[in-house]
Amino acid sequence: MPDQEAILKKRPIFQRVRHSIFPGQLQPGKDREGYRRFFKTLVLHFRPRTVPERTLELTLTWGLGGMAVVLVLMLMGTGVLLKFVYEPLPEKAYESILYLQRDVLFGSLIRNIHHWSGNLLLIVVFLHFLRVFFTGAFQPPRQFNWIIGLGLFCTVLFSNFTGYLLPWDQLAFWAVTICSGMLEYIPGVGRWIQNLIMGGPEVGPSTLSNFYAIHTAILPGIIILLMPFHFWRVRKAGGLVIPRAPEDEVATRGKSVNTIPDLILREVVVALVLIAFILVFSTLFNAPLEAKANPGLSPNPTKAPWYFSGIQEMLMHFHPFFSLFIIPVLIVIALISLPYIDEESSTAGVWFVSLKGRKMAVIAALTMAVATPIGIFADEYVIDLAARMPGVPHFISNGLIPFAILLFGSFGFYVIIKRKYAATTNESIQALFVLFLVAFLIFTITGIWFRGAGMKLMWP
Amino acid sequence: MTEKGKNQPDSTKTSRRSFFTKLWIFLGVIAFIEFIGVVTAYLLPPRKREKVASFGTIIDAGPVEKFPNESVTAFIRGKFYLCRLKDGGFLAVSRQCTHLGCTVPWLDKEKKFVCPCHASAFDISGEVISPPAPRALDVYRLYIENNIVKVDTGKRIKRGGFRTDQVVYAKKA
Repeated sequence: MPDQEAILKKRPIFQRVRHSIFPGQLQPGKDREGYRRFFKTLVLHFRPRTVPERTLELTLTWGLGGMAVVLVLMLMGTGVLLKFVYEPLPEKAYESILYLQRDVLFGSLIRNIHHWSGNLLLIVVFLHFLRVFFTGAFQPPRQFNWIIGLGLFCTVLFSNFTGYLLPWDQLAFWAVTICSGMLEYIPGVGRWIQNLIMGGPEVGPSTLSNFYAIHTAILPGIIILLMPFHFWRVRKAGGLVIPRAPEDEVATRGKSVNTIPDLILREVVVALVLIAFILVFSTLFNAPLEAKANPGLSPNPTKAPWYFSGIQEMLMHFHPFFSLFIIPVLIVIALISLPYIDEESSTAGVWFVSLKGRKMAVIAALTMAVATPIGIFADEYVIDLAARMPGVPHFISNGLIPFAILLFGSFGFYVIIKRKYAATTNESIQALFVLFLVAFLIFTITGIWFRGAGMKLMWP
Repeated sequence: MTEKGKNQPDSTKTSRRSFFTKLWIFLGVIAFIEFIGVVTAYLLPPRKREKVASFGTIIDAGPVEKFPNESVTAFIRGKFYLCRLKDGGFLAVSRQCTHLGCTVPWLDKEKKFVCPCHASAFDISGEVISPPAPRALDVYRLYIENNIVKVDTGKRIKRGGFRTDQVVYAKKA
């Protein structure tokens, strides 16, 4: 030890300062090694020392979890920068965005990065959710992490939604108006929640300041708390789910490799490619900004943000009580209870459960790819249940009856496909999931591109 | 006997301790509920503003003769339409669609309000002509004083449908 001091004293001032920041054993001529070890131990506070080699395959995770982390970090960075310019008041918000885009150096770029990262994050976490579902990674011991993941997904969704209002242009104002109007249909507490979130019955100054606080403090706070929890549960589960072929009976951990460099290197590559993509995209495409919000003039058509256009499309076909309350609540309950449903055997790590499961999923996808557009067309042009039953309230003709058809249709599908293929619970649940997934995607696509003025069907 | 005597104070000690633990937990829960209550009350918009009609919420629409029968006049500041029906009755109708809250414009040619968001339509009295709107447009309290139409925009009144007692008539002079 005393010779450490002696070595240090002989060093030039810069090396001594550096040593005061990164203390450690000093060996003459071996500084670089020391710093590398220091960095490694820092990384290994967050990551395991070794990981199973098979979990490094790109086709297991597609790097989606890592991408989500990178996007969250980028969003927080650019978000903080935007806070310096943005003013959350109805008279000033729109002007501050104009000022940002016109006068602030790199203002447009920062806003574009924030906008596109936010949208991409939603897509990435949705794909991550699908990946986890289709590889059975919600099965024990990862059950609770599935629930945390759902919580994170909702947080990201509401971050996007609350951020949507902030530019205070026509697009933002009316999209938030109709989405907040949706809350009113939650029985009992809907109006109260609406009042709490919006600060009144209409979108106004209090809505903007509420959304600003939720978007810039509450939701980032929740994300910062939930993210480490999510990662910690991955480690507690012994790392990622081990991929295996459908024929393999049990998963074998196989060979382990060092986290540094094998895992870290791959993660850095994914992060760099993603950052490069976002930068190029944000340079080429500007985040949308329409005319300043005018509470007296609803543009035609007024659409919800793209991620809610599936729900908006449901509104066209079901009474609001069903499309905004019953169906979403049932879906959330189903997703939360999914990891706790008893399955015959664990299929974790197998893409699409089994070979039979793959076949059934394709059948489900094809069924809905045909049935959904037919349903939308028929409801639009052919059957008008409300007109056919003049004396019956809309709640029944537009709500209960289509909902019953939906419920019995999907239940019938489940029973028939399960019996026909003598399938396991896992395989049948996956088929049902695909059924709803495809219907939801087609609803979303219809809502985004195939609805024009007066919400009539049209070509994009 | 001695053994029991030894145990007795021990067990009361633990039960006292567990009692205090429970008490602390109980107090903690109460404090948490209070905290949530205070935060919620803080965030909810103040209610007074809506309920008490003050001078600020009453709008002078103008003299009765200014509005011809079967006409609709928009009041931007008050966020309502002043509708005069065929029979000369007045109605102050909210401009907010009852479906999802878009602003409905009056189409004078077709004699109806049509919502640009989801194509709900309402007639001159605010009654639903075509869904998805679930109920008639809200109304505001309206009265006629010295032949001047006045509208109290302080409180919006929900209604299931149009009824004749919602209409206000000018006194025949």
